[in-house]
Amino acid sequence: MNSRRLTGLLFCLPWFIGFGVFMLYPMVAALYYSLSDYSVLLPPVFIGFDNYIELFSDDIFWKSLNNTVVYASGAVLLSMLTSLTLALLLNSRVRGMAFYRTVFFLPTLMPVVAGSILWMWMYTGDGGIINTFLETVGITGPAWLADPRFAKPALILMAVWGAGHAMVILLAGLQDIPEHLYEAALLDGANWWHRLIHVTLPMITPVIYFNLIIGIIGSLQVFTQAFIMTGSTGSPERSTLFYVLRLYNVAFQDLRMGYACAMAWILFILVLGLTMIMHRTSARWVNYER
Amino acid sequence: MSADNPLQRSSRWLHLPLFVLGLIFLFPLAWLAASSLQPREQVGRIPPQWLPRMHYLEEDGRSIRVTPPESVGSDQLLVEPQAGPDSGRRILVSVASYQNGSITQSVQVADVVERRTFPAELIQAVPSEFVYVREWQISKYGQTQPRQFYVAPEAISISIEPVLGNYTEAIRALTAGEASKRLPIGELLSRTRWPWTEPEAIGTDITFLTYLSNTLVVAILGVLGTVISSSLVAYGLARVRWKGREALFTVILATMMIPFPVLMVPLYGVFRTLGWIGTLMPLWVPAWFAGAFNIFLLRQFFLTIPEDLTDAARIDGCSEFAIYWRIMLPLAKPALAVVALFHFLFAWNDFLGPLIFLTEPDTFTMALGLQQYQSQHGGSEWHLLMAASLLLVLPIIVLFFFTQKTFIQGISTTGLKG
Repeated sequence: MNSRRLTGLLFCLPWFIGFGVFMLYPMVAALYYSLSDYSVLLPPVFIGFDNYIELFSDDIFWKSLNNTVVYASGAVLLSMLTSLTLALLLNSRVRGMAFYRTVFFLPTLMPVVAGSILWMWMYTGDGGIINTFLETVGITGPAWLADPRFAKPALILMAVWGAGHAMVILLAGLQDIPEHLYEAALLDGANWWHRLIHVTLPMITPVIYFNLIIGIIGSLQVFTQAFIMTGSTGSPERSTLFYVLRLYNVAFQDLRMGYACAMAWILFILVLGLTMIMHRTSARWVNYER
Repeated sequence: MSADNPLQRSSRWLHLPLFVLGLIFLFPLAWLAASSLQPREQVGRIPPQWLPRMHYLEEDGRSIRVTPPESVGSDQLLVEPQAGPDSGRRILVSVASYQNGSITQSVQVADVVERRTFPAELIQAVPSEFVYVREWQISKYGQTQPRQFYVAPEAISISIEPVLGNYTEAIRALTAGEASKRLPIGELLSRTRWPWTEPEAIGTDITFLTYLSNTLVVAILGVLGTVISSSLVAYGLARVRWKGREALFTVILATMMIPFPVLMVPLYGVFRTLGWIGTLMPLWVPAWFAGAFNIFLLRQFFLTIPEDLTDAARIDGCSEFAIYWRIMLPLAKPALAVVALFHFLFAWNDFLGPLIFLTEPDTFTMALGLQQYQSQHGGSEWHLLMAASLLLVLPIIVLFFFTQKTFIQGISTTGLKG
């Protein structure tokens, strides 16, 4: 081994140790546990694919998966639309842009625990500030977190409140678009809408793609909001029992670590699969030319 | 440039949607601040009010803070019975049940309800238009019985007055020891059990400062570890030319796709074997082994530093480590600041990690301490929950305003080179 490679590897040593101890070993261990009956207190007993077989016939598992997919789709799409709208508005040479950017970004600083408690308070059915506001415009608000039909939308709305993070990334992308592209479009007689569709959006597809990936992976892991706002059972009627919430309950309340590890591996494969599909299809709509 | 160039045209009309959206985004934060400053009795009232209202009662030329007035309903009498079940207590009775210095009450004797008469002293008449108020106490941990009044509504005046004391009350509420909650706030905090205090030491308590110091320990040790380890790895990937570094970088990036929940169950096992469960170590030690995202950020930054700088040092016989330590790190300060800031934010806000790995209340972080308090007092005490939430977010907002440029630039670059 030459000395430069040795030096390089030495610099990377912290990552190798961390990867081995805190990622690779846990992943492999999880795979083994997922094929075992394991409660932490006793050594694992190998049971083959029993955990997976049980999982696929477990209604609560499917319910939690379904809840998560519904939440993730809603949260990712609405957040993306909101952050894109905000970024486009802010990119229009508006005065006080830095001020508005700060305003939209501030909510993303909110720790999830504090944000969840705040939204819980606002979503109070009787006398909550949101329903009071709705009442003044003549709408009778739902019971939000206490209503199985509205609990997920409530959590999605709360996620949209954090659109400021993606907005900052999109805004940076928008400001990177060379001016001459717009000037050329203008010479061709393109109006505002044409410039948006044919210049702006194609030019920021890489940024949109990045935000989509981050958003999807993040929202599939939704946990804290539901844990705090609707409890670890995902009430009402399990409408907010999300995948990771279920995983947490199985692992740390029922102490069924093997079963939980099977869930963990399925989540990993789902995330991996989704990312790969996104990557494959991205060639069709993501524009990497600069 | 011509004035009619649409690209240069100022877009004043865009202020309207921006203003409206801005109001919507600020609305929850405004409500957080507003409810955190309201007196206990005002929170939860229907309909909710924005401004904190304090009620005052004039008595002998002095103003007494009182609770919001409650209506009495009908003409009644305030009496103090000298015998019977309510002996020595002031109660309201209907006008008809009081005659000649005694009241008639229903009393349960064994299984039978009987009507009995007890001597009672008439204190005052309470006409139906009167209201009932109690002397206002900020703390529910107070020991004295509040005085009660039945007065004409005109005697009550209202003033708009924020209850700053809610913040000290929130700090009090987060304290674990029930007995200590009654102490003056300074004395209460002086009993704080710090991360370096012997566990279960006598005369100490788990307080707000315990949670704060735990959070700071996790955040500061984590920030140090992240900055040092990630910059080392990033240097090895960006500035040391060796075969395989590109492949390794790809592998490192790929690990970003592994969600933490996938790892948390076996990690719990790892930390249990190491004896770290119930200590703060699971939350900061892993930071010393370089995370993919930070390696990525720093590598991109290192690549922008001209090779000439380091080549010159190499010719002078500097070791790679000396180049990293003396040349690269000082140059990379802006990028290191971004990494430090992001990790601090992560450590401050993290909930799932502390929830799983911290089993002892004296190791709880602020986020976990707040959630524990919320799960015990949820659905009430919203003013204290809001005050505590504000205490949790305020340091982050202050930090943001001092480091806004670093923040925004850091987030911007993450998306662009991805």
